[in-house]
Amino acid sequence: MSEIFVIVEHRLGETRDITFEMLWKAGDLAEKLSHTVTAIILGHDVKSLAENISDRADKIIIFDDERLTNFNADIYKEIIYGLIDESKPALTLIGNTSWGMELAPCLSVKTGLPLATDCIDIIPKDDTFIAQRQVFNGKIFANVSFAKSEGCLLTIRAGVFPKDKIGERSAEIIQKDYSLTDIPVKKSFVEFVETAAGDVDITQADLLVSVGRGIGEEENISLIKELAEALGGVVSCSRPIVDKNWLPKYLQVGTSGKSVSPKVYIAVGISGAFQHMAGTSGAGTIIAVNKDPKAPIFRTANYGIVDDLFKIVPVLKDKILELKKG
Amino acid sequence: MDIVVCVKRVPLTEEVDLVIDEQKKGIKQDQLAFVLNDWDNYAIEEAIILKEKYGGEVVAVTVGSEDDEEVLRRSLAMGADRAIRVEAGDMSRFDSLGISKILARVVKDLPHDLVFTGVLADDDNGGMVGMMMAEELQLNHACMITAIEIEDGKARTTSELEGGLGEVSLAELPALMTIQTGINEPRYVSILGIRKAAKKELKIMNLADLGMSDEELSPRTIVEEVYLPPETEGAQMLTGDPDTIASDFIEILTKKGVME
Repeated sequence: MSEIFVIVEHRLGETRDITFEMLWKAGDLAEKLSHTVTAIILGHDVKSLAENISDRADKIIIFDDERLTNFNADIYKEIIYGLIDESKPALTLIGNTSWGMELAPCLSVKTGLPLATDCIDIIPKDDTFIAQRQVFNGKIFANVSFAKSEGCLLTIRAGVFPKDKIGERSAEIIQKDYSLTDIPVKKSFVEFVETAAGDVDITQADLLVSVGRGIGEEENISLIKELAEALGGVVSCSRPIVDKNWLPKYLQVGTSGKSVSPKVYIAVGISGAFQHMAGTSGAGTIIAVNKDPKAPIFRTANYGIVDDLFKIVPVLKDKILELKKG
Repeated sequence: MDIVVCVKRVPLTEEVDLVIDEQKKGIKQDQLAFVLNDWDNYAIEEAIILKEKYGGEVVAVTVGSEDDEEVLRRSLAMGADRAIRVEAGDMSRFDSLGISKILARVVKDLPHDLVFTGVLADDDNGGMVGMMMAEELQLNHACMITAIEIEDGKARTTSELEGGLGEVSLAELPALMTIQTGINEPRYVSILGIRKAAKKELKIMNLADLGMSDEELSPRTIVEEVYLPPETEGAQMLTGDPDTIASDFIEILTKKGVME
């Protein structure tokens, strides 16, 4: 019997969804392998966070310190290294988030434990694990194994596991101390800033006409705007359009943008990278137009059109305008 | 402000049918076009912007074959001062950790106030080489950077977090940062520009030059198998000529209650 570590991710006093998802998978594996689940919370005034998950873990280890109010990879790394060294967990799960992507590789080098990132499943095999992940932006899947070692690290993609509770657990809560002054901290937190503020709120729209890389040129965006206008919908977009400064950040749907929940989401020239699709899970119906039949978006869309958007969109717009006149 | 930027050449895979190779360890590459990894393009641009402001030298580094020099020449044409390619033979025997060790060894001997990598590579989508290097070199680090300002010898950075939030930090230098797309607008590179940059230094090193052996680079993770995504129910396809498709489209919109 061994432990499965879950590093709790929280921000501004709230447990992030990825934490519940990792606890679900940890619970699932623990049941199959007779392991136990240990949740690790680094923060300040985090008692309520611990209580919130106390029925999802067998043990909760808390490090409470004012300097842990905000995430700091250096401090996390030192403390978690100590815990791994002490307990030798079979598996340590970290969110594949901005913070997890900073922490996990450093921790891997420091502990000498192998790391697989952005995993979408974990399959027990003999006395180790196979990590399932995606490469080439979801067009290919890969199974990754680990060299012989005393455990392994995995970062978990957000949204792939349920947020629900699994099994019956009751956690023993252990408060630990660590002298943080010994840890050299070369980066300090200044503030959080809202990067996606604007005067259009795409989260409230019933109909979104969303545009992606397939639009090709900046001047073609007008085509999408006209379609949205004809339909009485709102324009949104995927990341490449914001990166190119063709549309403002507050219209971006996806992990680093907004999560939307329209009745209908029309995706034009969007390939459907998971970072984008993560923001569309609340959409009622997704209709995708893309000329690549293998585009990942057709895996999640309800309706698909494999064709050149420049052929479809103008005809569609004219037909709608005609109907409205009629 | 001396900056080292680690870059990678990757295949273009959007709107391309990918074919899995016989060993089921990767994809067939002979029919693919290759480019500078998108994130690395932004990283090179950011390094050049900082160099133009504060002076110093920008060095582009890659690990790979002669074909991979294409992305170094592009980096030089954008404004990097010199480039280094590490010839390491068959790349399939390394994992991200191995690559990070090779790069760390190269960076160690170069002057560096900042080291940049892209957040991700478009092929393996691993996103770990940068931070592994930071730990190996005991460098300060920051991830997913969407803005950098230099203030009194420190870097004021914005890291992209989930849900439209940015985290502003103040980081001591030297530091390693992973650069996110959209941080700047990478400059256009002409064929003439690439030809002109041929005069700049492109140094080739091998593992022996770096004093490295295969043993210390042995992989800790192994790709057992790659395969096409499992079939899902997928989308219901609308087919026919544009007019038929448009009519079916409108019928769906009407049914879902979004046609006024």
